[in-house]
Amino acid sequence: MSYAIEGATGAWEVVIGLEVHAQVISQAKLFSGAATAFGAEPNAQVSFVDAAFPGMLPVINRECVAQAVRTGLGLRAQINLVSRFDRKNYFYPDLPAGYQISQYAHPIVGTGVIEIELADGSTRAIGVTRLHLEQDAGKSLHDQHPSKSYIDLNRSGVALMEIVSEPDLRSPEEAGTYIRKLRSILRYLGTCDGNMEEGSLRADVNVSVRKPGEPYRTRCEVKNVNSIRFVMQAIEAEATRQVRVWEDGGAVVQETRLFDSAHGVTRSMRSKEDAHDYRYFPDPDLLPLVLDAAWVEAMRADLPELPDEKRARFVRDYGLSPYDAGVLVAEQATALYFEAVARGRDAKQAANWVTGDLFATLNRTGRTIEDSPVSAAALGRMLDLMADGTINGRIAKDVFEAMAESGEAPDALVEKRGLRQVTDTAAIDAAVAKVLAANPDKVAEYRGGKEKIYGFLVGQVMREMRGKGNPALVNEALKRVL
Amino acid sequence: MFSLDLAGTRAALRRREFSARELTQAYLGAIEALNPRLNAYITVTPELALRHAQAADAALARGEAGNLTGIPLAIKDLFCTAGVRTTAGSRILSPFVPPYESTVTANLLRDGAVFLGKANLDEFAMGSSNMTSAYGPVTNPWARRGGHAPLVPGGSSGGSAAAVAARLALGATATDTGGSIRQPASFCGIAGIKPTYGRCSRWGILAFASSLDQAGPLARTVEDCAIMLRSMAGHDVKDSTSADQPVPDFAAACRRGVKGLRIGVPREYRSDGMPPEIEALWQQGLAWLREAGAAIVDVSLPHTKYGLATYYIVAPAEASSNLARYDGVRFGARTEGADLIEMYENTRAAGFGAEVKRRVLIGTYVLSAGYYDAYYLRAQKVRALILRDFTEVFAHVDALVTPTAPSAAFAQGERMDDPVKMYLNDVFTVPANMAGIPGLSVPAGLDAEGLPLGLQVLGKPFDEETVFAVGAALERAAGLTAVPAVWAGGASR
Amino acid sequence: MSLDPATVRRIAKLARIRVEESQLPQLQAELNGILGWIEQLNEVNVEGVEPLTGGAQMAMKMREDVVNDGGIPEQVLANAPDRAGDFYAVPKVVE
Repeated sequence: MSYAIEGATGAWEVVIGLEVHAQVISQAKLFSGAATAFGAEPNAQVSFVDAAFPGMLPVINRECVAQAVRTGLGLRAQINLVSRFDRKNYFYPDLPAGYQISQYAHPIVGTGVIEIELADGSTRAIGVTRLHLEQDAGKSLHDQHPSKSYIDLNRSGVALMEIVSEPDLRSPEEAGTYIRKLRSILRYLGTCDGNMEEGSLRADVNVSVRKPGEPYRTRCEVKNVNSIRFVMQAIEAEATRQVRVWEDGGAVVQETRLFDSAHGVTRSMRSKEDAHDYRYFPDPDLLPLVLDAAWVEAMRADLPELPDEKRARFVRDYGLSPYDAGVLVAEQATALYFEAVARGRDAKQAANWVTGDLFATLNRTGRTIEDSPVSAAALGRMLDLMADGTINGRIAKDVFEAMAESGEAPDALVEKRGLRQVTDTAAIDAAVAKVLAANPDKVAEYRGGKEKIYGFLVGQVMREMRGKGNPALVNEALKRVL
Repeated sequence: MFSLDLAGTRAALRRREFSARELTQAYLGAIEALNPRLNAYITVTPELALRHAQAADAALARGEAGNLTGIPLAIKDLFCTAGVRTTAGSRILSPFVPPYESTVTANLLRDGAVFLGKANLDEFAMGSSNMTSAYGPVTNPWARRGGHAPLVPGGSSGGSAAAVAARLALGATATDTGGSIRQPASFCGIAGIKPTYGRCSRWGILAFASSLDQAGPLARTVEDCAIMLRSMAGHDVKDSTSADQPVPDFAAACRRGVKGLRIGVPREYRSDGMPPEIEALWQQGLAWLREAGAAIVDVSLPHTKYGLATYYIVAPAEASSNLARYDGVRFGARTEGADLIEMYENTRAAGFGAEVKRRVLIGTYVLSAGYYDAYYLRAQKVRALILRDFTEVFAHVDALVTPTAPSAAFAQGERMDDPVKMYLNDVFTVPANMAGIPGLSVPAGLDAEGLPLGLQVLGKPFDEETVFAVGAALERAAGLTAVPAVWAGGASR
Repeated sequence: MSLDPATVRRIAKLARIRVEESQLPQLQAELNGILGWIEQLNEVNVEGVEPLTGGAQMAMKMREDVVNDGGIPEQVLANAPDRAGDFYAVPKVVE
């Protein structure tokens, strides 16, 4: 057991399950024809069905169903050809009907698995219990008026996929990795954009603790955590709290809590005397959802290559390490970029440039790989210039920076700035001679046994040649003379 | 004019014997005169009606008469009518004006109908007497011979039935969840059909119990109902439970006769306490059908007696969820409170009547944690058995004939001391809702006090045609000509 | 199954309907009368029976993913007992 909470009575294992709510990418809502786009004026994307007006009825959106199936297929999960919708009944102003249409007993997707890669290079298979479709609720604003809450129903009725993991996670790191992996899969599939800041991906975290080898103890749910960092912090905070409760001789009470990020603690949600008796029953306004097996198979055939497959292929075909491949496939756009660069070139070199200089540049300029200042074609061309000896590695860094700034093509930049690598042995010899003459003490030290001085001398030669010396030839020349 | 039924009036309009405008004005006048006594209408819509009539006259002049062009109808106040207040008989919706038209009423408008107003009903369609309306009870236009006590018209579509019986409308829309079309038809001496579940769209009708509710017509004759149903019915993509079935010519089916049909008589519908008059009428009805060429077959529907209990679990359960949206937030009446929960509780306590509250609470209870299996789940299994009974029987017979109600109309105020007593009114009608099959009530006779008694015809899913054929045969044989004590065109005004 | 006053109060709370203490006894009696009457369902043998959930046993039709509704804020807000500009307004939840 690697991660543990150290208590007064010893080490405690942390058991974590995640319920992730992912907003489905679709034009219209799950049961109505109103739009789903983010950022509209309040109540501008609300139909009478979404607002639960008298006599209104739900009609299901085929694309939302398809997105759930694609996601299930991407999670290597069982697709249930027959599933059913149930009503989850409770009162809240952002839930106009007084019930949410969800799936309780018969979800559209059954058990699946998500593989996560940990920092130490190991992988773990995390079980997915189920995925079901349900309606999102509207939004309540509590800070606009001293005694009133304001309700915007734009989000009411948007399709959500609730993806429930088995309680297989054992550390905040694993939980963070799981969410990142799930988000990556969803983005590859195009079924959810995974944007936690905008709320299109939310996590409820179930946490319990136990002494190693024990059966599961009581868990608590921390609701609506909206960033991976907070998920990890909330797990640690809640697990710590629970350990303290147990060690103080008390018992953890099953309850719903919220994460107070400002103070780094979880808090109990009050006003829950009726402890959520949701009175689930099959929604009588809907019939069973029956999927055509051929339709499901067509979707399976149309799935894009998913992160795990792509990673395996990168390792196999490009000879990359699993770690490097993993970094490249996390975002589909990155993988596409990489392959455009790597095709027909040194893949490892391409990988280094992408994950090194390119990522650094993107971070620094706040850009994404989709609108990278350096295109894959440009980077690839630059690598070609290195491969054919036109420029060396040192100069390439300058070229890259210049490309990022100006958007110019590498060939043009090399010519314009005269960055061609120098291979003329006469010029190299001259430079070597000049440097050795200028540093007789260092030369003596080197000849006297101080091997490390060599690096200094090489650096000086390169400086003399304004970095353009061909490194191999420089080394050869220097060694010859020394 | 008031002696003509819907079919007759339609023919007269097409022959231009009178205009749609004259017809509508006559009905509006009758409503003005008699509605204060009967309280059949909650909202009368004279301007709207005259606009509809004007359009109808224009269509008639062009020779483009639709199925119901110019026919004045009452609309049960459970159907959302655009721009016209819709209350569901409840205080909680007293200010509600829907911005949309229900599919069924839109269909009627498409076919040229004229809307006279919104008919009274038991609150949220929950009741068998129209005594629970927040807008006052409805009085049955029929009275006991020599009696003065106002009688109930039945429910929940009491206002619709009373309006039709008193000739304050040529037909009315209604809904039937446990008998709310058929039982008032029986009490008011008119015809009414609950079609197969899914035959008419539920979009725009305030939902009571979604898996049971069905819209249907109330009218003076079986053929009138058939004419109205043709307009009301049809697949609606906005209702997921709407059946994609073509709409046949129901009126033509009324003329088929019953020769060669096998009519089932379910023995379990005969109870020990059945009033002799009703038993006698039942036998009379079967004799009429025998004479007309049908074979009468004894059948068994073993789970009949559990229909009511099943209904009074399933319907309240669905209602408790369907009525959660009446919370004072987006529409309807609100009663303020110190905080959100108080506002909800005050709004719903003030807005709902006693019967609605009882059913919402029962429904909440039977769905609640620990009780779902024992009540709701069990009830849905018994429901499956009720359906199975019908399915097996319909393999051998074409239709069933039973009484519609266990009594004639009773007095206002009776049977109100114990909710269960009121529920027993539905004993013959509820099984058809549980199974989703069509059921028609036909005016078949009068009891010793001169009050109407109806007979019920039940049929196979989507076989309303056979139901109409049998019903029309019974109606022909019964040949009733009696009119109620209060009716437009009658001396008593 | 007989309801005690505490259960009636709890159900009323779940259903968000205020019941005054004075109304409680009669309501309890009426509800118990109804529940006692429906107990008769326990007589039925439902072994192996699948629950029915509606008269129509067809499979559900699905809708195309097109935006053809909404965009009517005035209409959805017009009937609101309390509105604040483009929002519905409700009393705050006591936290």
